Amino acid sequence: MTTSTQSAVRTHAIGAQLFEGEERQKLVLDDESICLDVRNLNLYYGGDQALKGISLKIPAQRVTAFIGPSGCGKSTLLRCFNRMNDLIDICRIEGEVILDNEDIYRRGVDVAELRRKVGMVFQKPNPFPKSIYENVAYGLRLQGVNNRRILDEAVEKALRGAALWDEVKDRLQDNAMGLSGGQQQRLVIARAIAIEPEVLLLDEPASALDPISTLKIEELINELKSQYTIVIVTHNMQQAARVSDYTAFMYMGDLIEYNDTDTIFTNPSKKQTEDYITGRYG
Amino acid sequence: MDKMSIGQHISQQFNVELEDIRTRVLTMGGLVEQQLADALTAVMDENTEMAEQVINGDLKVNAMEVSIDEECSRILARRQPAASDLRLIVAVIKTITDLERCGDQAERVASIAMRLTGGREQHRNHYEDLVHLGNHVRQLLHDALDAFARMDPEAAVQVARDDINVDKEYDALTRQLITYMMEDPRTITRSLDVLWAARALERIGDHARNICEYVVYLVRGKDVRHISLEQMEEEARKR
Repeated sequence: MTTSTQSAVRTHAIGAQLFEGEERQKLVLDDESICLDVRNLNLYYGGDQALKGISLKIPAQRVTAFIGPSGCGKSTLLRCFNRMNDLIDICRIEGEVILDNEDIYRRGVDVAELRRKVGMVFQKPNPFPKSIYENVAYGLRLQGVNNRRILDEAVEKALRGAALWDEVKDRLQDNAMGLSGGQQQRLVIARAIAIEPEVLLLDEPASALDPISTLKIEELINELKSQYTIVIVTHNMQQAARVSDYTAFMYMGDLIEYNDTDTIFTNPSKKQTEDYITGRYG
Repeated sequence: MDKMSIGQHISQQFNVELEDIRTRVLTMGGLVEQQLADALTAVMDENTEMAEQVINGDLKVNAMEVSIDEECSRILARRQPAASDLRLIVAVIKTITDLERCGDQAERVASIAMRLTGGREQHRNHYEDLVHLGNHVRQLLHDALDAFARMDPEAAVQVARDDINVDKEYDALTRQLITYMMEDPRTITRSLDVLWAARALERIGDHARNICEYVVYLVRGKDVRHISLEQMEEEARKR
């Protein structure tokens, strides 16, 4: 019995709500609506198996974090969600990833359309060597949007969404390369959300940033989850603890434990998870 | 550090969590104060119904302790609080332990109240002294919680100072009861009950003092347990 259920039982026993506004309910995976459903996913790089029969359900409009030591397959799994691994010749995938009732690995899936629905942000900020404005408008222009007014609105909305608007609104035509690392990363997030994806994949989005920029990105993630399903890969366990609602611990291509973040970080059920998050691994 | 500084983290969620935990402690403190007040009323008015109500109410105090502890461990695990945030969590964990024990003592007073019914008139003085002590302790607990709410270390020292008066009052009552028992051994049972109740109240005063020590720790970062009141005063003044 977890500690939360214990106190729920006690509260129940005295038949009263203890504190006002105690509605911050415990998250329960089974009650969530599911955005991505991974079913028995195997992935091979040549003869090496990098993901071993992964099955997990990623809840919609929540932040799900993948943690685990280097080489455990967390980035590989993340990249499966918008078929980034297609670009690797020796990579072979078995199993299903269901998004909107459709297996994204089914034949005939439009990968460009998939990547519009599933945006991605990488470890190092990678703005295009263009103006701030054009960076954000890029995806929309690719979709054929050229109406200036629509673009203006979308750029502002995305930059506000990425908590960058106030810092750049007076210099939208400046080259994006002139922004600081933290600003560039928020710009890249703005670029990703400008096309209004369903899912946002973040691969170590803050590992190249200073602590304050990191906290800003984390706060941004917290704000964005009301609109997007967010999956984040991080080496930084504390970051996973701070930002995520659910955490998956992976090790050597296996999914070891997947649960709500409170449970993973206060009372994990597997010894391997406990060892990793307490720094006893290795 | 003042109250304002709780709410200035980049993470809004963290602000909310810390503010929430502080509010919960004060809610729990309010309930314990009420329990104590009701227990004293039960003694004064020979109200067994109210005494029972206090005894049942202690379950809620206990449940609050568990719930706040759980929230604190969750915050420790997920936020890795540092400096004043860390001290807040540590102070909260300790404060609610003392509050829960205050609740237990109030429950004890209430169960003694259930035994003390009948024969009020002959023993009027003792009841009055007991309730006087009780009201003094109530004020002490109230002021301790107030110091916690306002994060005011200097007010906290005042409370710690006043606890000495509670101890004196308890000693006086003890001496009086001893005399009484020597004069008329038939009163021993009843006098012992009054003494137990007084002892419970005196303990609440000590817990209130402990809470004040945590307030100094929280605000000034100095552990002022097990040192003299003068040293505590000095630490509370240092900025």
